[in-house]
Amino acid sequence: MSANREPFVASGDIPPSPPPSSVVGPVAWVRENLFSSIPNAIMTLAGLFIIYSLLASVIPWLFVNSVWNATSLGHCREIDNGACLAVIKERYLQFIYGFYPEAERWRAILTFVLMVVAVWPILFAGAPRKLFYFSAVYPALAYWLIWGGTIWGPVGVMLGPIIAIITYRILSTVLRGTSMEEGIAGVLALIAAGLAMVIWWLLGVELFDGTVSSIVSIGLPVVESDKIGGFLLSTLIGVSGIAGSFPLGIALALGRRSNLLFIKAISTGFIEFIRGVPLITLLFVASTLLNYFLPPGTSFDIILRVVIMVTLFASAYMAEVIRGGLAALPKGQYEAADALGLDYWKSMRLIILPQALKISIPGIVNTFIGLFKDTVLVSVIGLLDPVGILNPIRADQNWNGIVWELYGFISIFFFIFCFGMSRYSQYLERKLQTGHR
Amino acid sequence: MKVKGAIIAAAAVMAVSAAANAATLDDVKAKGFVQCGVSTGLAGFAFTDANGVWDGFDVTFCRATAAAIFGDANAIKFTPTTGKTRFTALASGEVDILYRNTTWTLSRDVDLGFTFTGVNYYDGQGFMVRKSLGVKSAKELDGATVCIQTGTTTELNLADFFRANGMSYEPVPIETNAEAQQKYLSNACDVYTTDASGLAATRATFEKPGEHALLPEIISKEPLGPLVRQGDDQWADISAWVLNALIIAEEKGVTKANVAKLAADGSADPEVNRLLGKEGSYGEMLGLPADWAVHAISAGGNYGEIFERNVGESTAIGLARGLNQLWSKGGILYAPPFR
Repeated sequence: MSANREPFVASGDIPPSPPPSSVVGPVAWVRENLFSSIPNAIMTLAGLFIIYSLLASVIPWLFVNSVWNATSLGHCREIDNGACLAVIKERYLQFIYGFYPEAERWRAILTFVLMVVAVWPILFAGAPRKLFYFSAVYPALAYWLIWGGTIWGPVGVMLGPIIAIITYRILSTVLRGTSMEEGIAGVLALIAAGLAMVIWWLLGVELFDGTVSSIVSIGLPVVESDKIGGFLLSTLIGVSGIAGSFPLGIALALGRRSNLLFIKAISTGFIEFIRGVPLITLLFVASTLLNYFLPPGTSFDIILRVVIMVTLFASAYMAEVIRGGLAALPKGQYEAADALGLDYWKSMRLIILPQALKISIPGIVNTFIGLFKDTVLVSVIGLLDPVGILNPIRADQNWNGIVWELYGFISIFFFIFCFGMSRYSQYLERKLQTGHR
Repeated sequence: MKVKGAIIAAAAVMAVSAAANAATLDDVKAKGFVQCGVSTGLAGFAFTDANGVWDGFDVTFCRATAAAIFGDANAIKFTPTTGKTRFTALASGEVDILYRNTTWTLSRDVDLGFTFTGVNYYDGQGFMVRKSLGVKSAKELDGATVCIQTGTTTELNLADFFRANGMSYEPVPIETNAEAQQKYLSNACDVYTTDASGLAATRATFEKPGEHALLPEIISKEPLGPLVRQGDDQWADISAWVLNALIIAEEKGVTKANVAKLAADGSADPEVNRLLGKEGSYGEMLGLPADWAVHAISAGGNYGEIFERNVGESTAIGLARGLNQLWSKGGILYAPPFR
């Protein structure tokens, strides 16, 4: 054994050799996920074939052979055999605004921008808290911007809740001084506050509007409801429906679980009635029957009627979703809140609702998305939402016969909105994840 | 269904009795425009152009009505109505007049409490087939699959026609005209049946319209015309005579181009002079300005011009005048004398 034939001793760690390509890397991923067995391989190939054949027809149709510059469908067909996107080019403004006057369209845009600002503090934690005040007055502001007219009407309407709060504060202090039981006093004050608000809306607003307008008149040109259409109308109905149905739904859910017979009966009756009636029926009531029951001469705006119906409809579903969340909370949570000496409202606000709403997020967003998509039903009663506005466009001799391009355009819009809502709800679930579930 | 019907009827009676007291013309004059109910979209009859302005055959008649009252064809607002909302919109007073391809039937005229004030388009149900089928007559359609809109009178007419001729068919139910086009073109049915004007308009949108034929049989009467609420005769008269004036204008050769000149210079034909307010006080009888017919004709021309511009043979829809030709030229358009 010579000196230079030393036994092999490793002088350091042998670097790990890369795993064989059959276990990692793209090849392995493909093998494991797409071709792991013969049935899977067949499915993969079939899937690829379907995707290929879809793309092979859609891409040339939509991008390569599509026509952007033409004056009619016939003209489009002369130029090329792809999608006739010239109709979108000519009519996209109608899809967005309906027949909203061109000179006033900045108002619609401003309303949308302000909506983003108003929604920001509600959806995201990082926003300045003071923006909440803006969110509170936004509905009146948006109404004024979209429909125009004098500003004092919407201001008068916004005074309603303030009057209600003041009435409630005063009454509950006064009633607490008497020997009345506290729960009953609270309910009485609440009912009185509601009544005060309704009376103000019915009688006070017009007077207020008239008086103040005669002193300082601030106004925008009026835009009537028959000019409002397209995505503007969908967004209007959808967003107001969502914004209105959420608080109403919470109130109804709490009402249905309340121990007070009267409130419980009203909430249950309302929810069951609304859920038992199709939305289309409610829309027909809004568009036609209400006209009969209102005194002749009162014109109650059709979009407002529809928004109210959609809101009521969605709030019944929302109530049941939230009630599910309330029912899922262990009884201990309620007892803990009681043990801390919190009254009903405080225990709901601080302990119960935050947990119940968190559980209900998927259901709530589900209802929102459903509501938003349901807005296209208004085309049935002759409102020109994106689907409704299709008809007069397709009835134009120039564009009669176009189908896919227009419906595709509408579906892209709805996809963006609904997908956005869905992603937001996932973000919210992650943010509120506290790990005990 | 029965209860619902009763409620609607009761509500309609309430609304009609409320509305009948008020003279529609006064209301219209007070608000400064005519509220006209039109279709939400029907090729050639009601559509919006690139600027969002309503146009079409029915729309032009409505504009003529507004022009007769206000001298301005734009003193008008349109309410798009669907087949389901049109009658309540009229009964409740939401619209003043309905120009929406509405078939004049007994029950609508009598039971629903409306007054049909004329016919501006005589339509009828027809059949469209592919020429490759080699069918020349609807009587050869035994055993065919038929695309048919559900819940319409056309569905009932179809059943009647096939039963009367001892033939069978297989219905392919569809909801809208757009759906029918797709189904028919993808060979889901051999035959598509609806109003003949609709068939012609649909065929005009095909890539190869020459491969399809309209069969000669027209199996129903569909007189389409304007209607107003029952109980306001003055308003009904105005609506009827605006339509009559446009028909008489065609008969007498008064056109959009020469109406102003004829109104200024007068004409050798006394009926033209009466029509244009040069003689008599016919406007006053209706509660309208003396030159109401001049404005109505200026709005979109006479009946023939309105027809040609919106649905006539020079347009993509390409309808022949057919029954809608003047009585003196082989059609059945016939307006009572203007005197």
